[in-house]
Amino acid sequence: MSQLAQQLAGGQFVVTAEIAPPKGTNLAPALDGARKLRGVTAVNVTDNQGANMRLSSLALAAQLQQSGTETILQLTCRDRNRMALQSDLLGAAAFGIENLLLLSGDHGKFGDHPDARPVFDLDSVQMLDMASGLMAGTDMAGKPLNGVPRFFPGAAVNPAAEPFELMFQKVTKKVASGARFFQTQSVFEHGPLERFMAAMAPLRVPVIAGVLLMRSAKMARFLNANIPGVKVPQPLIERLEDAGDPMAEGLAIARETVGWARELCQGVHLMTLGHEDQIPAILA
Amino acid sequence: MIISELKPLDELQLALSACDKLFLVGCAACATACKAGGEEEVFKLQEWLATQGKEVSGSVVIDEACHIMRAARELRHHRNAVQEADALVVLACGSGIQSISSNVEKRVVGGLNSMFLGNVRRFGHYEEMCSLCGDCILNETAGICPVTTCAKGLLNGPCGGMEDGRCEVDEEIECAWRLIYERLQKQRRQGVFARRVPPKNWSRRRQPGRYRLKNGGR
Repeated sequence: MSQLAQQLAGGQFVVTAEIAPPKGTNLAPALDGARKLRGVTAVNVTDNQGANMRLSSLALAAQLQQSGTETILQLTCRDRNRMALQSDLLGAAAFGIENLLLLSGDHGKFGDHPDARPVFDLDSVQMLDMASGLMAGTDMAGKPLNGVPRFFPGAAVNPAAEPFELMFQKVTKKVASGARFFQTQSVFEHGPLERFMAAMAPLRVPVIAGVLLMRSAKMARFLNANIPGVKVPQPLIERLEDAGDPMAEGLAIARETVGWARELCQGVHLMTLGHEDQIPAILA
Repeated sequence: MIISELKPLDELQLALSACDKLFLVGCAACATACKAGGEEEVFKLQEWLATQGKEVSGSVVIDEACHIMRAARELRHHRNAVQEADALVVLACGSGIQSISSNVEKRVVGGLNSMFLGNVRRFGHYEEMCSLCGDCILNETAGICPVTTCAKGLLNGPCGGMEDGRCEVDEEIECAWRLIYERLQKQRRQGVFARRVPPKNWSRRRQPGRYRLKNGGR
């Protein structure tokens, strides 16, 4: 069982972080960055994040896993059909990767290869079903596997999405399809998170709240304009704008959000975008 | 209908660079309706070709250019003009272009790009609502196709990019899943939300498509 699965089962408050594979073959900065992480249970390895082509998430996750860092492998439906997704999941299992975050994926329009043909052969619910099937020993064609993978599949959710009921029916489907934990899109407000966690209670699936470290008002506006599902509220942008030291204000905002997560959720997922050295300060 | 548009003129110019005399073909069906390949557009093309120093040996607007036998018949009626030409320029969808190219030995230059199977919102405004997937889910989705009108073709609800019920790809567009959800609510039924939709059977859409009526359609 992965540490992440164990700690969540044991009711421990978990901390996850994330690392993006390089554009190129130089893994040193990513491996070095992972080594320096402190107080983190597992590290998400992003998959062509924002539809920008990078080294394969599986390759970096395998390296991290073998050098002793527990990973959460992110896999999207955007770039691979059902055969490639199954192949990659079996490959991940062969490298000892258990934690998965199975996603639809941002649309290719947002990235650096907007002319590519998007795949979306499966959606995230179907990919969770696929992972559950592999764990039960059969592929999507019903053929038996020689060697059965063990996974701890997770899914993503935007707790502030509207209409809420529409978003939540998909959460229910994801749980039915085998999601064992959720990592959320960046959280910026207490109210929507509280409402979401109240709805989650009967499902008894742990939720790891996404916390994004904003360094400036400019960055917040960029996120709003360019990252699907991220909406930084105006009052937070103003706080960053008015602050003498925007980075310190961003840290303060992140700390407040971690506080809400400690009150309501089972963990936090820290998106520090290159400022991983700030993680202890965010958790302090 | 099939929505098509005229190719960029510089692309056409290049494609026609080795041809002096041309026979023009339009289509009286879809390409006429979307103002890309009807009488009017064939005439405009002829005028433009004149400015390029090209000669036109003749022209015809075929009833439905996608009808292979009908296209053959029309070309036979104009066989002398076709014979004279170095190439045929076809203002029809890709299907129509290939009806022509399968009926003549001569070079065929397509003048249009075919875009999608479109509904007409109002004159000149076309929207894609069906992608001919061969495995229709509309009866469960309150008559709104997520395969086509969701930018990712998702089958189990909206993606994480939905913001205030709008699509991450284009905020002008309402999320298809929100529209499905609201219409089902109005109809007081669960529809597609009652089940986890399994992966789509894309073998129904294996290309190239072939279909024959049983008993020859009798």
